[in-house]
Amino acid sequence: MTRLRPDLAVIADHVAPGSRVLDIGCGDGDLMAALRDRRGVDARGLEIDAEKVATCVSRGLSVVQGDANADLGFYGDGSFDYAILSQTLQTTRRPDLILDELLRIGRRAFVSFPNFAHWRVRASLMFGGRMPVTRLLPVTWYETPNIHHVTIDDFAALARGRGMTIERRWFLNGDRLTGAAAANLRAEYAVFLLSR
Amino acid sequence: MVDLVHDDTGATLTLADPLPLDSGRSLDGVRIAFRTYGTLNAAKDNAILLCHALTGDQHVASPHPATGKPGWWVRMVGPGKPIDTDRFHVICSNVIGSCMGSSGPAALAPEGRPYAMRFPVITIRDMVRAQVALLDALGIDTLHAVVGGSMGGMQALSWAANFGERVKAALVIASTSRHSAQNIAFHELGRQAIMADPQWNGGDYYAETGTDPRPDPRKVGPESGLAVARMAAHITYLSEQGLTEKFGRRLQDREAKTFGFDADFQVESYLRYQGLAFTDRFDANSYLYITRAMDYFDLAEEHGGRLSDAFAGTKTRFCLVSFDTDWLYPTSESRRIAHALNAAGAPVSFVELSAPFGHDSFLLDVPALDRVVGGFL
Repeated sequence: MTRLRPDLAVIADHVAPGSRVLDIGCGDGDLMAALRDRRGVDARGLEIDAEKVATCVSRGLSVVQGDANADLGFYGDGSFDYAILSQTLQTTRRPDLILDELLRIGRRAFVSFPNFAHWRVRASLMFGGRMPVTRLLPVTWYETPNIHHVTIDDFAALARGRGMTIERRWFLNGDRLTGAAAANLRAEYAVFLLSR
Repeated sequence: MVDLVHDDTGATLTLADPLPLDSGRSLDGVRIAFRTYGTLNAAKDNAILLCHALTGDQHVASPHPATGKPGWWVRMVGPGKPIDTDRFHVICSNVIGSCMGSSGPAALAPEGRPYAMRFPVITIRDMVRAQVALLDALGIDTLHAVVGGSMGGMQALSWAANFGERVKAALVIASTSRHSAQNIAFHELGRQAIMADPQWNGGDYYAETGTDPRPDPRKVGPESGLAVARMAAHITYLSEQGLTEKFGRRLQDREAKTFGFDADFQVESYLRYQGLAFTDRFDANSYLYITRAMDYFDLAEEHGGRLSDAFAGTKTRFCLVSFDTDWLYPTSESRRIAHALNAAGAPVSFVELSAPFGHDSFLLDVPALDRVVGGFL
């Protein structure tokens, strides 16, 4: 079995066995397949790219082609134990509304995103004076799908501001977990577990 | 006792009991012509039912007995193909109302004359009921999957909605849960073309002595009307881009326009040929009955108006595929079904594939479709 991307590995380790999961922006279905095979999870996916949906279907996964910006309204209230949005929030048109949708559809939500306040990003702006191109943000400003850059502190403030509970959070550098101290400066990306 | 007759182009089952129909009528002595590929295993759990489209037939992967052309899905069905006959026992039956050996308007009524317009109007669900009776006769309780494109997809949906406990998976390609006003309009155009042909004669055009339920090789009946119906329908199966690429404004075997009404353009010549060739293999009355069945199809209406209620509590896995150039049953129709299945909590996949061939893409060379079909099954 291929190794999961580190943020997906964190999520996979913390989804309750046997639960129902909606993976929004599920890509080739790596996380869904892992959840199904290792934890007996009933996983469903939403993915915008037809080729990736075809890959998922050929892996025996249930994935609907659709757009997180437009199609979440078709899922019923509380129809999943978890809604998962990995490395996608910063690409959505209205991240705040998407967060609301996640906790309408799922009783809990996992959200992972690259941290725009990581010191490398800050240094790039401060000393280079250019929009950062880093390992996690590899695309130049005019081509990037990331239209709403977000920092760890921004995200926490948004979640709290919308009355959500931050149940847990994980901070990562590369494939290693890192401590919470000065995470907004030191973590490349983060995973949050939210509930209402 | 099962009345089953085999010949070199398949087998025909005659039902002992009358088949109840949605119209409230019932049909006696129903014949169901079918073909199978691959071997049914001992547990009888590897059967896949293929449902054919409007003018399709049971000869999925074998030469057509009338035209000698290869089967309509030979690229999809066979050993090592996406619907792998080394693994699966594939069954395809000619729908009732059709003219390839199953009971339809050209078949003989009990008193020995063709039914013609005395044949009852049937529905998609009636076609499915006949397939259920066939599986009962074959001793197959549960299908590994039901698979269909276009009208075949409607049957697959109807199977899942009405006999879901007997279907583990449903694969619905380039199809819809209901016929739209535009769909009905095109069908009505075809029917009126047939009925406006003086040779149609109220549907009573069959030769008196025929006992073979297949189309009469002597070509009687409303051939021109049926050809026009086919021409109009054929346009709806192709995309504008496909037509433009294939024909453009090119002229047919001539250097200049003739200032007449010959088939100057290649596209005209092509359509005329398609229309004419169709009359060799299809019965005009069957065309009326099957288009009617498709027009009556509205799965939500059958289940109290909510499509998701048609699938309430379903255990069936679903996969829906649409094509971006299909304007007959566009992606929005498949997406509607996907959302309804989601609302019903069913395991569903949906994908819109890119292919230049319009509605006919499901029959043509689209490698991504092969991947989805093989993977889903």
